[in-house]
Amino acid sequence: MPITAKLRPETAQANMADIAPAFTPQEALIEANRCLFCFDAPCIQACPTGIDVPSFIKKIATGNLSGAARVILSANVLGASCARVCPTEVLCEGACVVLDREGDPVKIGRLQRYATDHALASPRQVLKAPAAKSGKRVAVIGGGPAGLGCAAELAQLGHQVVVFEKHPQAGGLNTYGIAYYKMPPEVSLREVEMIKSLGVEFRCGVEVGKDVSAAQLEKDFDAIFVGIGLGRGARLNIPGEGLPEVVEALEFIEQVHTRPLHEVPVGERVAVIGGGNTAIDAVTQAKRLGAREAVIVYRRSRDEMPAYVFEQKLAQTDGARFMFNVAPLEVLSNGTGHVTGLKLARTAGGNRKLQTLPGSEFVEPFDMVITAIGEQKQGALLKRLFPALELHPKGMVLRDFATGQTNLPKVFAGGDCANGGREVVNAVAEGRKAARGIHAFLAGRKVAGPVQPSRYGVKGAPVGSGFDGPIRVAELERDYAKKTA
Amino acid sequence: MADLSINLGGIKSPNPFWVASGPPSNTAYQAHRAFEAGWGGIVWKTIGDPIVNTSSRYSGLSVGTVRMAGFNNIELTSDRSPETNFREITEVKERWPQRAIIASLMVDTRERWHEFVKRSADAGADGIELNFGCPHGMCERGMGSAVGQRPEVTERIVGWVMEAATIPVIVKLTPNITDIVYAARAARKGGANAISLINTINSITQVNLDNLVPEPAVAGLSTHGGYCGPAVKPIALHMVQSCAADPEVGLPVSGIGGIANWRDAAEFIALGATGVQVCTAIMHYGFRIVEDMIDGLSEYLDAKGFKSVMELVGKAIPTVQKWEALDLNYKRVARINYDMCIGCNLCYIACEDGAHQSIDLVPPNGHGLGPGRVPGKPIPQVREDDCVGCNLCAIVCPVDGCISMVSIDRGLQPMSWRAYQDKLGRGEVKPIPAHP
Repeated sequence: MPITAKLRPETAQANMADIAPAFTPQEALIEANRCLFCFDAPCIQACPTGIDVPSFIKKIATGNLSGAARVILSANVLGASCARVCPTEVLCEGACVVLDREGDPVKIGRLQRYATDHALASPRQVLKAPAAKSGKRVAVIGGGPAGLGCAAELAQLGHQVVVFEKHPQAGGLNTYGIAYYKMPPEVSLREVEMIKSLGVEFRCGVEVGKDVSAAQLEKDFDAIFVGIGLGRGARLNIPGEGLPEVVEALEFIEQVHTRPLHEVPVGERVAVIGGGNTAIDAVTQAKRLGAREAVIVYRRSRDEMPAYVFEQKLAQTDGARFMFNVAPLEVLSNGTGHVTGLKLARTAGGNRKLQTLPGSEFVEPFDMVITAIGEQKQGALLKRLFPALELHPKGMVLRDFATGQTNLPKVFAGGDCANGGREVVNAVAEGRKAARGIHAFLAGRKVAGPVQPSRYGVKGAPVGSGFDGPIRVAELERDYAKKTA
Repeated sequence: MADLSINLGGIKSPNPFWVASGPPSNTAYQAHRAFEAGWGGIVWKTIGDPIVNTSSRYSGLSVGTVRMAGFNNIELTSDRSPETNFREITEVKERWPQRAIIASLMVDTRERWHEFVKRSADAGADGIELNFGCPHGMCERGMGSAVGQRPEVTERIVGWVMEAATIPVIVKLTPNITDIVYAARAARKGGANAISLINTINSITQVNLDNLVPEPAVAGLSTHGGYCGPAVKPIALHMVQSCAADPEVGLPVSGIGGIANWRDAAEFIALGATGVQVCTAIMHYGFRIVEDMIDGLSEYLDAKGFKSVMELVGKAIPTVQKWEALDLNYKRVARINYDMCIGCNLCYIACEDGAHQSIDLVPPNGHGLGPGRVPGKPIPQVREDDCVGCNLCAIVCPVDGCISMVSIDRGLQPMSWRAYQDKLGRGEVKPIPAHP
């Protein structure tokens, strides 16, 4: 049976409503007043873009919302979307000292959303590009978080920027690939508008390598930033993968973002194959769009799931089921031409020794299969665009981490195509770092990064904010657990 | 259980908690509710010629999310007739004979004072409080703080009152004066039985930044109002202690000013108040707050082995001395408990920018993992030799008990500044070198 949309419009809307609704002014004031205004706040160090968190929260507490938004957006131009999609539990909020004091951190993400929503809705421009231009032109390939982070920073440094985006809208995964209940596409599009107002030109629907050659861009522009993200979803390489109800997770999520919610087809019994955060996004949205049952099918154990614990909990709350240590062998159709189930096998052994157990095969009925086993690296495309570009064997662009510069002096890179796939906030940070690298390359001078005052003169202490060397609380805790074991 | 009853200058009350003269003590209805809740006494809203109030009257000072940390008002004395007020006092006293009812009065001439004092006693009041403190409106008419700010006038009017008084008289003092002790001595000289303090402090709480008019705003204008609430407690404690410790005053004290719970009350009592009066906290939460005031004070007295609240009165007075009596050789230093430290480093910056630069940020060396104490994040370390023991770090530290101020024995004999001056004069000590 072909799958169909399941819900009436109002039910679909209600199910997909904001998971963390906007603060009321009163809520924001109470929350802002919980911040201790640390001298050298660990939240700043945990933020890959190095947002001066206590500073913006203090401004919210005094009613200076434009000032608060300026602090956020000058460090992270996509502050509004990051406020919604960042895994704050393992970043700023995970590092918050109030967590240590009260068992509950300051809700930094929601406060950030409060301030940036104000800025996006206000006619007053928070960020400004200088009137005097450098005369230098930079092409940004890819209008996703990395490209936007780079473009906005370059514009504020006085350079002329053109963003080439193959989709009809810029924003990348922020526009097309975030769980809807975390952020509807409008937020990302408003951010794009804000970046346009800095003088950045967007050429959407233009694919570099097809509509315009990279060589042409190299001729026309003084520098190029490559922020093309990752490619299509990786394939299962099992029989039946071509059936119409087998969908890549990002394709499914894109449908959620480009069609009315009540028209997105979803199965009665949906299998989501994979154990990462995208698998969670897919399973929760399938459930919220009316799937009677939605099941995560993961070939390893729960402990090995790469999805954040709080995301796993969200899926559980949404009523999703988990099947651990099972691997798909075949998508079944029983000759109907449509998905009827999955042939699965139990697995054993961790890490590289994982293998399916002979004789453990079984069949589970499903009418939709969503694959979420990671996206493909862009090695081939990158080689085609820039034949001399040095790549990591896995297909990522090799670049200087601090400046984003590749082996081609004019070409800089950042975001998923360089880091292999991380958070939105990492992409923005890398875009901004590359912008500074490009600025140094074009103008011959560096822009200083933020520095945590306490780091001056302290031997062995990390210098700077999270922009220079972000900490990740989850990783720290793992290290700590290892060290103390 | 400790005996909570008090006797303040001849006025008896089953507990030391009185409703102060003000909006909560305006009517018989409120008095009944207060007594039902458990208040030991009530000082009636000041009776005199009925006044006319403005519509907008109060303004609150919020600190962060704490509302009414401070509070002010421009309300005047009772806007009800003396007949109504005295009749209601009689009615309330009949129903609550064991509770104290004090008539607060404010009139002008000697004859009028005689008349109102008599009417108070006839109504059945247990005592009289003379409102010499109201800092707004009435002072412009030669009453309230206009009286309290001039000791000779205070003494003269108290004298008039005592000519007619058959029940105890309390004089309520204004803090809007250079030294409140002079006003207290005047009350004593005039023959009063007790004093109560503090009345409200002249204030402007805030300016509305949209229209640039302070609050409370009355049709685009504002005026100086009387300030009260938790923020004034330290000022009130200082004044209560000063009056209670002064041998020339020698009168029982009814403590007023920012009292909101039994702890506040116990502090006032320890510094010399025989009982306390509460207004702002009632305006914030209602009469029910007295329940924990009674319960908490009772538990405290029992835990500390006091048999009655009267035993606590004035217990802390001797520990307040002139600065010159304090030991210059005493030293305390800050000690940080790293197991409790959450890594905000507010102690560091407070000391560095706001005090004496005696805390260093140093590599953590093993300290500091877990939320807020990320690896490599510097930790604060006190240089005890340089620490002057000022307490600032312990005050700003958001974790109770994380920074403790520890007494250090330097093997020196105690030496006050007074003793130091004497010894210097006799050549027994060398001058203490100036701080570098």
